[in-house]
Amino acid sequence: MKKVSALAAALLGVVTLAACGGGDDGGAMLDELGEGEGAVNLVAWAGYVEDGSTDPNVDWVSDFEAETGCQVNVKIGNSSDEMVELMQSGEYDAVSASGDATLRLIAGGDVVPVNTDLIPNYADVFEGLKNKPWNSVDGKAYGVPHGRGANLLVYNTEAGAAPSSIVDMFSPDSPYAGKISVYDSPIYIADAAIYLMATQPELGITNPYALDQAQFDAAIAALETQKSIVGQYWALYTDQQAALENGSVTLGTTWQVIVNLAKANGAKIDATLHNEGATGWSDTWMVSSKAKHPNCAYMWLDHIISPQANASVAEWFGEAPSNAKSCALTADPNHCTTFHADDEDYFSKVYYWTTPTKDCLDGRDVECVPYSEWVNAWNKLRA
Amino acid sequence: MGERLEQAPRVTDSGRNIAGRGKPRPAFALWGLLSAPLAWLLVVYVGSLALLVVSAFFSLDDFTGKPTTELTTSNISEAFTQGEYISLVVRSVAVAVAATLLCFALAMPTAFYIARLASRRTRRALVVALILPLWTGYLVKAFALRAVLAPGSDYGNGGFMSGLVGWSPGFGYVAVTLTLAYLWFPYMLLPIYAGLERLPNSLLDASADLGAGSIRTFRLVMLPLLLPSIAAGSIFTFSLSLGDYITVKIVGGTAQLIGNIIERALLAPNQPLAAAFTLWPMMIMVAYLAVMGRAGAFKNL
Amino acid sequence: MQLSPLARLVLRLVTYAVLGVVYLPLALIFVLSFNSAKSIAWPPVGFSTRWWEGFLEVESARDALLSSARLAFVAMFIAIVLGSMLAFALQRYEFYGKNVISFLAVLPIALPGIVTGVALRNTFVRFGWDLGFLSVVAGHATFCIVVAHNNVIARLRRIAPNLREASADLGATPFQTFRLVTWPLIRSAVLAGGILAFALSFDEVVVTTFTAGAGIQTLPQWILNNFSRPNVLPYVTVMATLVMLVSLPIAWLAQRLGDSNPG
Repeated sequence: MKKVSALAAALLGVVTLAACGGGDDGGAMLDELGEGEGAVNLVAWAGYVEDGSTDPNVDWVSDFEAETGCQVNVKIGNSSDEMVELMQSGEYDAVSASGDATLRLIAGGDVVPVNTDLIPNYADVFEGLKNKPWNSVDGKAYGVPHGRGANLLVYNTEAGAAPSSIVDMFSPDSPYAGKISVYDSPIYIADAAIYLMATQPELGITNPYALDQAQFDAAIAALETQKSIVGQYWALYTDQQAALENGSVTLGTTWQVIVNLAKANGAKIDATLHNEGATGWSDTWMVSSKAKHPNCAYMWLDHIISPQANASVAEWFGEAPSNAKSCALTADPNHCTTFHADDEDYFSKVYYWTTPTKDCLDGRDVECVPYSEWVNAWNKLRA
Repeated sequence: MGERLEQAPRVTDSGRNIAGRGKPRPAFALWGLLSAPLAWLLVVYVGSLALLVVSAFFSLDDFTGKPTTELTTSNISEAFTQGEYISLVVRSVAVAVAATLLCFALAMPTAFYIARLASRRTRRALVVALILPLWTGYLVKAFALRAVLAPGSDYGNGGFMSGLVGWSPGFGYVAVTLTLAYLWFPYMLLPIYAGLERLPNSLLDASADLGAGSIRTFRLVMLPLLLPSIAAGSIFTFSLSLGDYITVKIVGGTAQLIGNIIERALLAPNQPLAAAFTLWPMMIMVAYLAVMGRAGAFKNL
Repeated sequence: MQLSPLARLVLRLVTYAVLGVVYLPLALIFVLSFNSAKSIAWPPVGFSTRWWEGFLEVESARDALLSSARLAFVAMFIAIVLGSMLAFALQRYEFYGKNVISFLAVLPIALPGIVTGVALRNTFVRFGWDLGFLSVVAGHATFCIVVAHNNVIARLRRIAPNLREASADLGATPFQTFRLVTWPLIRSAVLAGGILAFALSFDEVVVTTFTAGAGIQTLPQWILNNFSRPNVLPYVTVMATLVMLVSLPIAWLAQRLGDSNPG
């Protein structure tokens, strides 16, 4: 008897303890920019915060550190999910969040509104990126736009002609079977939805992030079929890069920066945009509610969207810059045209990464599958 | 040499009067010795485990995406009733068992040779040579094996094995099993070697005197005596293999084991679901420890 | 035990074959440290010593090395003290709940690292404790205590109890007995346990990943993180070769201490 009650008491104690702790007190928006704190901890996509260690000529961090005295420490997030998890820990000051992370961070109280008056370069950002649904709430800006782009299709030029369709990514008789590389994140379900928009229009999908249960199940079925032809699910960009270099992958979803890096190491590859429409991203730099270095964080935000830095990162990563003045500073004078920097029409057909919610994003009156179910389904698919 | 020092008759220890020094207080000394490590192990470690188990019953707020203290069984049912995860767990146990068996198959003859057949001089050199890789680091070895096992293709080079013999198992469950066996081999070798050293020659001589050949002696005398050592070694190799997720990422290709699913859930972020998944390896290891304990493993760690 | 010459030969071949297989990947790493390309994929592209030359200048590697060493020393120290205390308590006394505690003492190394890491992280985050050096130490010390404990208790079991009796009979206080009789007999086991704990902590990556905050980067974490930074990656092969060379005398010492005859 004594043993049982002791155990029960212990368990009760543990439950009580578990309920305590971890209270969230969100920080407020910064009113005034003070002195730099000497350091800034960033969460960023690979290629966004380059300090010369990948390529000595690719560096927009050292000048920032010299000017502001803020030592930059960057943690690479391999997916939006990972970035949300990192920001929830409260250990970082700023994050370059895609649209499928921003609203989760805002709702979770992990980021605060950004006082754009304290960021001089914000004035030069393309109007088409300001105050969008993914980076603002009730007219309050929650970050500064970094840049945007589309997810591309990379293919091995010796394996065949440039694929113009994503059918080869999903069809069981794909000539690339066994050598296909797929992005390892639940958000990839949207790409399957785009495939279905083209091949099964009777499903009636209009927005790949607004899927009712029937449409969602069809997307998962397409991904199950795809499993047999997939050679690699990549989370680390260097994994896809290595596979492209040694030829074990000849087709896949990719980012321009991976293609550039692999090509520099001799891979015979090229990237293309398939005609069904692509998923993409529009990234926003946000400030943590628990930032220990808020001033340095603001200085970084201002720096990364300054004309020169934004031009450098846009060219290195292979995306459209957010600062209009950057277009004059890119090494390749046609960069902004190639990446449609000012082309709202083009981007209206790019399905930016967004968080799927129960209220359908395309306004339909049915119940759509929320992101938490996307995660569960993707985990089961990969298991 | 593992012989006990001084074979004097045993005398009980506690409560004995020491002339002129008063009666020792064993209870006080015991608690003095136990309090600090116990506090650490119980409060920090076991407490954390208990907290983790409780957190598996928490639900995730739909809006904020953070764990709340509202209790739910949905995480447990997700982790324990979905066919995909059950087959994942079975696969993980299979890989762990395979790696353990492979380690044993290689460690047994090797330890036997070193302990009983090698000359005294070479004995220590061989043991050090086989243990040294333990010090070179897990990640380095995993990446080294990646370089060995990488598959060749029409468009590029394969790894060392592919270059040498034209074939390699490629990345997948076989590569994972081979790599895990490679990584944990010293952990199986050491206990078996120690156990073989402690085996009294008199028993083996007696067995030979009674007419048993080498194989019978091995099977009926040595193996039963070595069982605790083997069990102890297998605890390391099985547990380290069961929960591994980094090796899977390095040489596993599209393979996934239970550690990967736990990491995925944690990065979702869905900590309560990750906690629910950790119940699988916890239960499996407790069961495994219970079985190994009966084989006497705890006396030989 | 009499074995046929054939059996002896087979066993010898197996042993040396295993030795060869064990060292093959490590030899590849050594060769790749002279690779002229910025990659650690096989085969090497050309010969170059630049990784060996520039190695000491990589600041992040130096910092990671120091972090790991600092962490391992602290964990080892805690492990030796607490592990020995635990060993003494479990070996000398019979008490209610002893089996449970013995079981608990095995758990940190019996449960996969990811379970320990997730559990500890959950606790630290829930109580709002900063994830920094101390949180990683807490994680490492937990399994290091077990390792040190195992070594010490194994040695304690091999020491006859009547040695302490004899010492007490001769008029020594418990402290004198410990200092003059027990300690000399166990100190090599304590040291061996400490060295093993140091090695485990130095190499550990899973628990570290979950319990380290933004400001900590141990050497294994540096290696993992630098798979996203191809330019410094080949330095990993240099680091690995150096670790192998430095570890040789330490491993030999640990082995010698571990099986040395007490007394």
